[in-house]
Amino acid sequence: MKDTPLSNCERDFLLKAIEEKKRLDGRQTYDYRNIKITFGTDYGCCFVDLGKTRVMAQVSCELVAPKETRPNEGILFFNIELSPMASPAFEPGRQSELSVKLNRQLERCFRNSKCIDTESLCVVSGEKVWQIRVDVHTLNHDGNLMDAASIAAITALCHFRRPDVSIQGEEITVYTPEERDPIPLSIYHMPISVSFSFFQQGTYLLVDPCEREERVMDGLLMIAMNKHREICSIQSSGGIMLLKEQVLRCSKIASVKVSEITELISKALENDKKARKAGERCGFAESMPQERITALKMDETPVEMKNVTEKAEDIVKKYEAPPQSVPSPLVPAPGVGQVGQGQQNSWGLEEEDGEKID
Amino acid sequence: MEVCKSTDISLREFGCEQNLLSRPDGSASFIQGDTSVLAGMYGPAEVKVSKEIYDRATLEVLIQPKVGLPSVRERSQEQCVRETCEASLLSFLHPRSSLTLILQVVHNDGSLLSCLLNAACMALMDAGLPMSCLFCGVTCAINSDGQIITDPTVAQEKESRAILTFAIDSTDHKVLMSSTQGSFSVYELQQCIAVCQKASEKIFLFYRDSVQRRYSKTL
Repeated sequence: MKDTPLSNCERDFLLKAIEEKKRLDGRQTYDYRNIKITFGTDYGCCFVDLGKTRVMAQVSCELVAPKETRPNEGILFFNIELSPMASPAFEPGRQSELSVKLNRQLERCFRNSKCIDTESLCVVSGEKVWQIRVDVHTLNHDGNLMDAASIAAITALCHFRRPDVSIQGEEITVYTPEERDPIPLSIYHMPISVSFSFFQQGTYLLVDPCEREERVMDGLLMIAMNKHREICSIQSSGGIMLLKEQVLRCSKIASVKVSEITELISKALENDKKARKAGERCGFAESMPQERITALKMDETPVEMKNVTEKAEDIVKKYEAPPQSVPSPLVPAPGVGQVGQGQQNSWGLEEEDGEKID
Repeated sequence: MEVCKSTDISLREFGCEQNLLSRPDGSASFIQGDTSVLAGMYGPAEVKVSKEIYDRATLEVLIQPKVGLPSVRERSQEQCVRETCEASLLSFLHPRSSLTLILQVVHNDGSLLSCLLNAACMALMDAGLPMSCLFCGVTCAINSDGQIITDPTVAQEKESRAILTFAIDSTDHKVLMSSTQGSFSVYELQQCIAVCQKASEKIFLFYRDSVQRRYSKTL
């Protein structure tokens, strides 16, 4: 499926508006869209809404053999799925350029910055370690997938609990969540990426571009930082030339934004922890907004069962059993099975050429 | 002929939200208890020449699991959903077009195939595609005592000896698609179909209520 192309008048309109410091949705140059974080029923599942961009992250774990070069470290695996639901331009299966770029950026942002203590994921050195797999599914693409994905990934990692393991000599026991409470991962810091889009060869800059703005931008600068003002990764794409002052200014803006977003994430995690402790039912079902006109909920309903047995008996009595049409198989020789008997060929070949096929 | 005992049968609480994504032409999220599925629908749109059909629309269904890449199980579920949708969509009205339905599993706590079917129907409705009838999915499980449970959870599914899912249409309450696993007798099959037909009435009532609520301000 092809995406609708951007018309020239739309492009001109957007660029002109940016020159006059105006954005389509009325935001200021450095404003982020509304961020909403919700959690799913099980640990490690979270949804992030960045304006209309929607992303879901799920963390899971598995015991595997470690890499030979690092026998006492766990493995982190990241995978961003550009689901065809997010945009008609995304096709299933094919690794598009954007998908490779996002995957690589996510890996650099989290794995290379060593934000998770991988040594604590080791169970038996050289034999069994935990492999933590983070799957990020993009559900709706309205611009800035990278930021939404990084927020979702780090929130899901902070929310995740892995099963408890105990080692007694040679014996290893992995406890189910019912037997022993699962334990959280040890996370040193939370890297969050902030995207800056540049227009007119670097003259104008916008934070958190929406989908239309992304289409007309010249280049993108992505800075991943944590709240301690440490830069975890910087990526500049699009081939625009940036001055040193511009990059420094962007990093200052990014540090402000990152501290706000980290605050939001911590609050969301706190609220979820409190709700789970109080025993409330958590999950997508509960967070579904009730006051919206497009949403409806129905409680548990019993189903009437008055005539079911009579109806079923009637149908079975009315219809006779199906005929035994398939003959039972024969085994004429070991390794050969035969079902049914062949017939004479009816192609009408002459006697000399034709052979009776049995 | 074994006598099937059936105790009080109930459907878990369900919820639905339509039009929650801005990019797809139609989207819906359907929740049955803790099982939750998000559906997005694009169409009728341009189709690749290799896939086009001269007199009707080409329907493509994609199911994305939560963890990992889609495997054979997702392919077989896609087949079930696609056959049901093709039976109810009036695809002759959109020749040489493509209809793409994408289903994302958000959480699986049992009865996944019926939740996929329900979400698909609500997304098709939200996209405004012409259909000859609505359809819904109902799952029932037969446990070792011979009791029939509708809308089983994962724990109930594990203990049962057969799990049957039926897609039921709204006009005649007939079976559009059936997908079963496990062993059961002919009598039990007919009982399950009758139970699912009764349960589908509740689901169709729910569809009607949600659409009525949605258009209450405009109509």
